[in-house]
Amino acid sequence: MTVDTKPQVETRRPVEYTDSRLNAKIPAGPVEQKWAKHKFDMKLVNPANRRKFTVIVVGTGLAGGAAAATLGEMGYNVRAFCYQDSARRAHSIAAQGGINAAKNYRNDGDSVYRLFYDTVKGGDFRAREANVYRLAELSVNIIDQCVSQGVPFAREYSGYLDNRSFGGAQVSRTFYARGQTGQQLLLGAYQSLSRQVAAGTVELNERTEMLDVIIINGRARGIVTRDMVTGAIESHLADVVILATGGYSNVFYLSTNAKGSNTSAIWRAHRRGAFFANPCYTQIHPTCIPVSGDHQSKLTLMSESLRNDGRVWVPKQAGDTRSPDKIPEDERDYYLERRYPSFGNLAPRDISSRAAKAVCDEGRGVGPGGLGVYLDFSAAMKRLGEATIRERYGNLFDMYERITGENPYKVPMRIYPAVHYTMGGLWVDYNLMSTINGLFVGGEANFSDHGANRLGASALMQGLADGYFVLPATISDYLAKGGFEAVDASHPAVKEVVEEVTARTQKLLSIQGTRSVDSFHRELGNIMWEYCGMSRTEAGLKKALELIPALREQFWSDVRVLGSGAELNQELEKAGRVADFIELAELMCRDALNRAESCGGHFREESQTDEGEALRNDDDYCYVAAWEYMGDPSSAVLHQEQLVFENVQLATRSYK
Amino acid sequence: MKITVNVWRQKNAQTKGQMVKYHVEHVSPDMSFLEMLDVLNQQLIAKHEEPVAFDHDCREGICGSCGVMINGLAHGGNQATTTCQLHMRSFKDGDEITVEPWRAKAFPVIKDLVVDRGSFDRIIRAGGYISASTGSAPDANATPIPKDNADLAFDAAQCIGCGACVAACPNASAMLFTSAKIGHLGLLPQGQAERQSRVLNMVAQMDAEGFGGCTNIGECSAACPKEISLHFISRLNRDLLGATLSGGRTVE
Repeated sequence: MTVDTKPQVETRRPVEYTDSRLNAKIPAGPVEQKWAKHKFDMKLVNPANRRKFTVIVVGTGLAGGAAAATLGEMGYNVRAFCYQDSARRAHSIAAQGGINAAKNYRNDGDSVYRLFYDTVKGGDFRAREANVYRLAELSVNIIDQCVSQGVPFAREYSGYLDNRSFGGAQVSRTFYARGQTGQQLLLGAYQSLSRQVAAGTVELNERTEMLDVIIINGRARGIVTRDMVTGAIESHLADVVILATGGYSNVFYLSTNAKGSNTSAIWRAHRRGAFFANPCYTQIHPTCIPVSGDHQSKLTLMSESLRNDGRVWVPKQAGDTRSPDKIPEDERDYYLERRYPSFGNLAPRDISSRAAKAVCDEGRGVGPGGLGVYLDFSAAMKRLGEATIRERYGNLFDMYERITGENPYKVPMRIYPAVHYTMGGLWVDYNLMSTINGLFVGGEANFSDHGANRLGASALMQGLADGYFVLPATISDYLAKGGFEAVDASHPAVKEVVEEVTARTQKLLSIQGTRSVDSFHRELGNIMWEYCGMSRTEAGLKKALELIPALREQFWSDVRVLGSGAELNQELEKAGRVADFIELAELMCRDALNRAESCGGHFREESQTDEGEALRNDDDYCYVAAWEYMGDPSSAVLHQEQLVFENVQLATRSYK
Repeated sequence: MKITVNVWRQKNAQTKGQMVKYHVEHVSPDMSFLEMLDVLNQQLIAKHEEPVAFDHDCREGICGSCGVMINGLAHGGNQATTTCQLHMRSFKDGDEITVEPWRAKAFPVIKDLVVDRGSFDRIIRAGGYISASTGSAPDANATPIPKDNADLAFDAAQCIGCGACVAACPNASAMLFTSAKIGHLGLLPQGQAERQSRVLNMVAQMDAEGFGGCTNIGECSAACPKEISLHFISRLNRDLLGATLSGGRTVE
């Protein structure tokens, strides 16, 4: 066990500033002891009584799949839902690079405290310390659990586990399974879930999309779904509901997310009273394959691990159209190495992305449209040999060649930033419960652990920490406290939600306008990328806030959804999701407008240093912005949870 | 580019389907195959015709959602390539392309190009896991695993469950899929305790689902976008023989 030493720092802010509706329920005591103490203080459900409780889990990715499997193992009656045709296809599967854990197997100075510190700093001091510490603490258990499930992590010739480095850290703490770590971790969770399905503790509903949440007497008691094959709209009741439905990057239309990834589950919950926290915090990943044309339907990420050996550069001269091999060394600008000498090409994602945008804005971008920078492996190939590079990144190089038709062993890769992850999400307390009693939120769908910027290899860690360890404990505590009234499908509140969902579906089918769902989605994406993307301004955001409501109005009067609701209808599915994205987009822009500081992935041009670095404003914005729905995104009310830093000193985040 | 596609259209599982010919204009060589279908669907919507339904999600070759027969070949026949990763630069201007759903009794058609692959999930449920409940794990480095075994286990574990192996097999056998999981877990020390019951139960479920038998043709491996080797089918057969001969009982 690693011994942690904690520097003494002053508590920055008294807690009284926090809105009374946002009680984070952070346990008292030193940060190292909070979770252990809390686990002991929480109530338990006797094993014989667990099957009397029904738990709904929406989403079967790392957080949802792990939570459903674990709650099933504990003996609860679990009902899991996913929109994919199999639980194994949730988008966690696409994560490439790795998962962090403070194992210190490298003996390079890592510890739980260092992972905690790196994550708080990496998040630009906009995350809750207690949650992040718990995450770092649980990281070590996750690796143990996954290995015992048979996850084939990379190993050394000794037979022991291998590690690699990721952005924003100076230790090697990332565990990986070639470039397919997310796939292997998800299959581990999926197999555990399958075991519980066979055991009868989990009932799995595939091709079933959640369209609303049912609240009875202030408690989340179920969901309304649409069977995507038959079109049946049905209610499902339970004692507690977990949403683990992922992020909302597809609000930008083009992102690295799966085409089906959407915000509807959390947005519907938001409309029913769950506060939405920090919606404007989006992560733009620096290394993606550039857009090739108007037909583009999604963007493909190239793992951050490539930056271990690849060097990022552009020509020094604007408008230089020579092929890369014709540009001599002294006419190249390795701008990350120049601007951030100590982290170099492994500078964190937000910083690397903005730096790429800056050089492209200067006209120094490469490739069609000038929206690209080189990621060059020639120096590494010279140093290590092509064979080593092939062994490390072969599958990624092949993928690049399949998509672009260019051979990255011969010409440098061209990359450009793309929307990848959303740090914002539903507000949750320390127990991962939202502002709706009995509605818990895990994984990317909640806001809790990454602050304003997520470090590489931390999403898998958070999803599994929430799913395997946090939710099973806090759900038990919630259920043990009891007080559940019996409800069935005839309850007026249930009927009302079913009717609302049915009416909305009918409405989408009845408009029969002139424009396809995709055309609205693309237009929304363009607005968001232009005004709420890598850099944001007051004027731009105000412009977006005029354009988005107009687009919403047009959508509801002119969208064309063919076919009926009583069958597999992919246009209808998309239409419901895009309608919610349009509402969310407005809230994102309002949040970005309110936050007149730059922090992490949120860069306000008005708030920067003379060198163009992000300028945070801790005096005015050291809070979580949690928005309450009041009938329309434009009238949402802001609540503030003040962030208190008792362990990590608020400091300017520097990677120079 | 201009492309002609012959697409299988089928309203639902109860209705008979048919091939329908469409002309797709403005196809760029940089488009993926699915983006070409997107263009077709936008054309159809503009003409008030119902778009073609097809499964897809990540569009980067890892979720396993997509998969159609393209000119009679699963995923189009390019090496190690899923349908979403196949690009139109593999075709020529004026080409006529036939697009059909996976064809197998155990994969019934739901609509157009969408099939039900729930049989794969049921094979995994029959034993494709290690029974390690959350909380019971020893330290991750407590048991070293020889790198070669770990690497081979990974090769098998890469299966994305797309179903191309079944679609490519003249017998519609699911042996490659099933053997990949048996191989992955059987190569790891953690997977030994349940090794015999796993192979017996998974193979029994595979047969119950109506997949055909394996006659060692090898189309499955050639069509597999993750290039999973026939070697794993041999491993499955060896495990099955061993488990059967040693009187391994099916554990419920």
